Order: sequence, then structure tokens, then C-alpha cells
Amino acid sequence: MNIDFSKIPTYDTLGVIERVNRFGKRSIKNSSKVEGLKLALSMIDLTTLEGKDTKGKVEQLCYKAMHPHDALQNIPTVAAICVYPSMVSIAKKALQGSKINVASVATAFPSGQSDLKIKLADTKFAADQGADEIDMVISRGKFLSGNYQYVFDEIAAVKEACGKAHLKVILETGELETLDNVRRASEIAIQAGADFIKTSTGKIQPAATLPVTYVMLDTIKDHYLKTGIMIGMKPAGGISTSKIALQYLVMLNEVLGEKWMNKEYFRFGASSLANDILMQLVKSETGFYQSANYFSKD
Amino acid sequence: MANKNKPFKASWSYDPAPESTDHIQLQKKYDLYIDGKFIKPESGKYFDTINPANDEIIAEIAIAEKEDVDKAVKAAKSAFKNWSKIEPKERGKYIYRIARLIQERAREFAVIESLDGGKPIRESRDIDIPLAANHFFYYAGWTDKLEFAFPNRKPKPLGVAGQIIPWNFPLLMAAWKLAPALATGNTVVLKPAETTPLTALKLAEIIRDSGLPKGVVNIITGAGKTGAEIVNHPDIDKISFTGSTAVGKYIQKAVAGTNKKITLELGGKSANIIFEDAAIDQAVEGIIDAIFFNQGHVCCAGSRLFIQESVANTVIQKLKDRMETLMVGDPMDKNTDIGAINSKRQLKTIENYIKIGLNEGGEIFQTDCILPEKGNWCKPTLFLNLSQSHTIVQEEIFGPVLAIQTFRTIEEVIEKANNTPYGLAAGVWTQNGSKIFHMTQKLKAGVIWANTFNKFDATSPFGGYKESGFGREGGLHGLKPYVKFE
Repeated sequence: MNIDFSKIPTYDTLGVIERVNRFGKRSIKNSSKVEGLKLALSMIDLTTLEGKDTKGKVEQLCYKAMHPHDALQNIPTVAAICVYPSMVSIAKKALQGSKINVASVATAFPSGQSDLKIKLADTKFAADQGADEIDMVISRGKFLSGNYQYVFDEIAAVKEACGKAHLKVILETGELETLDNVRRASEIAIQAGADFIKTSTGKIQPAATLPVTYVMLDTIKDHYLKTGIMIGMKPAGGISTSKIALQYLVMLNEVLGEKWMNKEYFRFGASSLANDILMQLVKSETGFYQSANYFSKD
Repeated sequence: MANKNKPFKASWSYDPAPESTDHIQLQKKYDLYIDGKFIKPESGKYFDTINPANDEIIAEIAIAEKEDVDKAVKAAKSAFKNWSKIEPKERGKYIYRIARLIQERAREFAVIESLDGGKPIRESRDIDIPLAANHFFYYAGWTDKLEFAFPNRKPKPLGVAGQIIPWNFPLLMAAWKLAPALATGNTVVLKPAETTPLTALKLAEIIRDSGLPKGVVNIITGAGKTGAEIVNHPDIDKISFTGSTAVGKYIQKAVAGTNKKITLELGGKSANIIFEDAAIDQAVEGIIDAIFFNQGHVCCAGSRLFIQESVANTVIQKLKDRMETLMVGDPMDKNTDIGAINSKRQLKTIENYIKIGLNEGGEIFQTDCILPEKGNWCKPTLFLNLSQSHTIVQEEIFGPVLAIQTFRTIEEVIEKANNTPYGLAAGVWTQNGSKIFHMTQKLKAGVIWANTFNKFDATSPFGGYKESGFGREGGLHGLKPYVKFE
């Protein structure tokens, strides 16, 4: 495949910041707020990606995913659990009977600094363990040195190795420096077969930001206009409060609209967001903020 | 696909988020602010000021006639003797105090501005009121530095300034005119527009509370007739007017042969130019800001859009999609993007232009937003298939109506952009820096924005070429129309 990725639509950073600030000024109240909070909860990929992860920790997280807060009626479960490949089978077993997916990071996450063969083996291992979704990282070094074809080929190869599993491609936007690079990386990922594009590993600062996510949504929009194919979006890292999550949803609502307003096409990669949403939901029912101690930390 | 033409339709509708209005203090009736106090008009006549979003009467406003204008000018003239002589830094203290009082009561001002004029609370809260305070802060700083603004020229105040302001940015325009006039040592008779007098009258309260010597600022209300009395008054030394070109021409005729100095900030039909090498998505946002800001009631609105042909289809498609997400409705709702049209009269003018556009063969697009039943409303509108000879391309509409044309070359767009009696502002969208400098040299407009639009700042001069007026407001340049040199 020969696409010239050096020619892409360009972005004016100040203009993008001004635009996303407007989303932040939307005032979300009452029932629309509850609707937004529940939607955000249903879109969470509850994540633990640490060297110290254990079977026990992952099992507890899975229980939390299925039972976010039993005191509340009519709330959704989260969309997926996101873990390292070695934890996939444990999570898969713990989530049996639920509709919650297991997502696994792969391809020498988080740096991606390894050989393609190893990355493909990493991906196959995760998929064989039963991962429904694979979150890969792109080779940022190759990308920044202008070797777009390498990045493209690598993503295409990983996509193939995924088999039935959905592929999310992490751009690690915190290392890409410019919005034009974010656009370019998004296009490469989409053309190479990504089902989702994702901002960050969570290991690099800055992680997800509104401007970066805006550019990725705009890329998804243009791709849809050209091909009619819908690509999903996952901002990850740094989204820890309901307020910020709602700003992302406002942006999604006003940029891509209703067809993307579901967990099939939008996810939040987050660990502490769920409890903040739950606290807000309880507040909307009771009128009071409860102590954080009432919300389980798993 | 739910709707082929609107693939990105938003589904999540936000609950009403109205700004509370219970904290504002409004009287049922407002008199004339003359010589430091509110006094009844000689004629005893009043008119209603109406909320354009629901047609309800907000308050009764005094009509100033000849005798009242006389009183106001007399008060200003007598106050000038002291005001022009006090220590400049003392003048600065008063102006700083007015700025701080506006800031302290910013929320109240914002609500009243939206109530009386129909503009979205987001705009009055984030733009109009803070910017008005900034103008007072900025010019307060100049009071004791005028000799550095005009080195070796000994600037002196003119005397009594008659200031007539428009209805689109009521408090902000009052600030634009009052702040430099006071800073340079002039006294003022100011008349707000008849559809939006309330924030100027609230400003009169602040001015009274600030302890400004009586008579330095007089604020009187009424319609065009009151304005004419100010313009023709023999003891007025300076006229500063912002409004339509037709009235501007009348004023210039009226002051011809007198000693009055004059500044006019009039209409516009500003070009907004999108080149193929622009950041297209931000350019689309810029088009929205340029024409839909304040319902298009902006003299420098980017009402003529020129798109380079190679990107025209993309830009128009994206523009339509974006327009569909604009929320039109209650100005008090914090989520409203486009509020009410300022008056019934203005709504008729806009509707008439839309008719003309259709009759002349323009292709119209309006969003499918639902408009409230009561009040004055106009859907965000654009017209395609236009040429320079169409009426809606030539004349100022002063509403949310955009006239779109395409172009092929840079020479062509420069010629078309300048082919208008107006010359207030222009916008240029390209990521190519040298193209920006080329355009700023060739376009005949007082303000040219590059990769943005409708940005204002107290430090930056604003004003027009050709029939858009003369004289500058804002910045160092804004001092000059209020001084004479020995």
C-alpha cells in the first residue's frame, strides 16, 4: 500500500485549543448529567498496568467491573478490563458470564522498543489467552524519523496477528509533539487497520488531552466521510474526574454525534474515573456527596 | 444511516442551564443621568425597553428632548473647567475605580446585557463585560502619560464630547468611548441605543458611586431625535458615533462647517478568506466565529466568505455540519450559542435580505434548529451560488446570514475583497506566513485577522477605511481623537 503520509490536513494549535475550551464551557445539568455519567461509566476500560499486578489484584478489579456500586440501581457495568498479556486468562475467567471484555496491551508495551517478531508473538499470546481487544503501541521512534511505511506495515502485521480480537492502536501522543503528527499517526493507524485509535499508554505525560483527542476525532470524521467506515476512539490517562469525562463526551457529541456515543466506538482508559462518576451519581440521587470511603477501591 | 445529510447529528441534548437572574437590581423606570443625579425628562415622556427573547417589557426609559440635552451639555461644559485641570493621576484614579466597580458587578452586568439585548450569556459574561472593564483599566493608565503618547506635542482635551453608541455591544461600546475621553480630560454626554439602554444606565449608577465629579459624565436616553440634538448642539466640541453608515453620513453633513471634531465607526461587509493551505477545521470554526458571534450583529462580522475552489466543497460540507451543532435559543442559557435578534425591526431587515437573496437566485441553507415561539429569532443561514453583484454580497445585513463565494487565484480574491464601499475588517486563513503578509498589505481594511476572527483587545486600535468610517478606538491610537495640540 502506498499512501503519502507526508501530506495530511494541518491544524492550528491555538485554534484547536480555542475550540476545545468551548466544549469545556457547556453546562451539563440534571438528567442530561446523569445520562452522561452513566454513559461515561459504561465506556470505561478499567485499567491496571503495573509490574506489581497479581492474580488477586486482577480478580478484585474484575469484580469491581461487574459490580461498580451495588447500592445504586440501574447503572451499567464498565466496558472492559485492561491488563497485561500475562493477566488475560485470569481476567477472562473472573469475568465469565458477564459481557465485559478483556483488553490486553501488547507489542512491547509501553515503549514498543522491540523487534516485530517479538511484538507479533506478544500479540498472539494475548489473543490466544482470550483477549477480546488488543491495545498495541506504535513505534514512535520510527514515526518521528519519518519512516511512516514501517509504522504502517507494523500495525498491519499486528492487526493480522490479532485474529478476531479488536485492535486499538496507541499513538502515545505525548511523544508526538505536534497536532499535525497526531493527525498523521491517526491516519496511518486507521489506514493500516485499526478498529480504535487511542491516545496514550498512561506511562508518559502528557497523556490524553482534549486538543489531541479533538484532532483524532476529526481524523475519524474525515475517514467516515471518505469511506463510510466508523473508527472508535479511546482517550487514556489523566481522565480522573467526572467533569473532565463529561467534557470529552460533549466533544464527542458535537463532533461525531450519536452514532459514536456508545462503548462500541468510544472508551475511556482510566482507573480512578469510575469511583468519581459513582460518587456523582450517588450525589444526584441523594443530593449529598458521600465520603470516598463508601466507594470500593479495587 | 439515520440521516444521510446529517451523519454527525448530536443525540445527547443538554438540560436547560439558565444563569440565575435573581441577583440583579433593576428599577421599573429609569431617568436621565445629568450632573451627577438621575432626573426626570422635561417632557415627562418614557419609552419601553423590551426583552427581545420573549417580548416582555423590562423597564421604562426616559426620552431626552432638546431641553434635557441642553441641561446635559451645560453640566458637561461646566464640569470641564475643573476636570480638564485636575492632576492627571487623579483622573486616572477615578477611571480605575470605575473599572474595578464593573469587575465587581460583572455578573449583574452580564445578565442585564443579555436580558436587554438578546446576546448569549456566555458572550456577555466572557467577552463584553470583561473587555469593557479592560478598556477602563487600560486608559486609566494613560492619564498621566499623555505627553509620552504624543511626544513634544502638548496634548490638550477638546471639551465636551457627544458620544452615540450602538445596540450590538452596549456596555462595551460605552467603555470604548468613555474611557479614552475621560483619560484625556474631556467631559461627556453619552447616549446609548434605544433598544439597549440598561447597561449604560447601570454604568451611570457605578459612575455616581465612584465619586466622579458631577457633570463629567452625563448619560441620556432616547432615539434618533435625541442623537440629532446632541450632534447639532453648539456647545459640543466632539462627536463620536458608532452605528450605520447612513446615519454616519448624516452626522458628517451636520457637523460640516462647525468646529466639531468627529470620529465615525460605521458599517462593514468584511471579507473572510480561506486559502487551500489553511488549517481547514480551524478555518471552519473561524467562519462560525466571524458571522455567528453576537447573532451577526457585529460591524466587523465576516459576512462575505471567500473559499478557494480546490477546498470549497470540503469547507462548505464541514461548515454545514458545524452549523447544525449551534444551539439557538434562550440567551440566559449558558449553553446557548446564538441568542435573540436584537429587535423586531432588525429581524425584519434580516428577513427582507434573506428574501432578496432567494429572489436573486441564491441557494440557501439553514440549520433545522427549533426556534422559540415568542421573541425575535433567525436560524443560522448561509447562501451559495452568489456573485459580487448580488445584493446580499454588497449590503450589510447585520444578522446571522453568510454570503459565500469561491475564488481561484490570490489576485482575484484581493480584487473581490476590496470591491466594496466598506473597509472595516478582513480575515485571512492560511498556514503560509508570507501569504499573510502579502494579504495584509493588499487588503483595504482597518483590521485584518490572520487565522482567527473577531478578536478584540483594549490595547489594539479598531476602525475603518472608506465608508466604514475614520478615527480609531482602542490602543494608543484611541487617544488621538480626543486631544488637540497647541
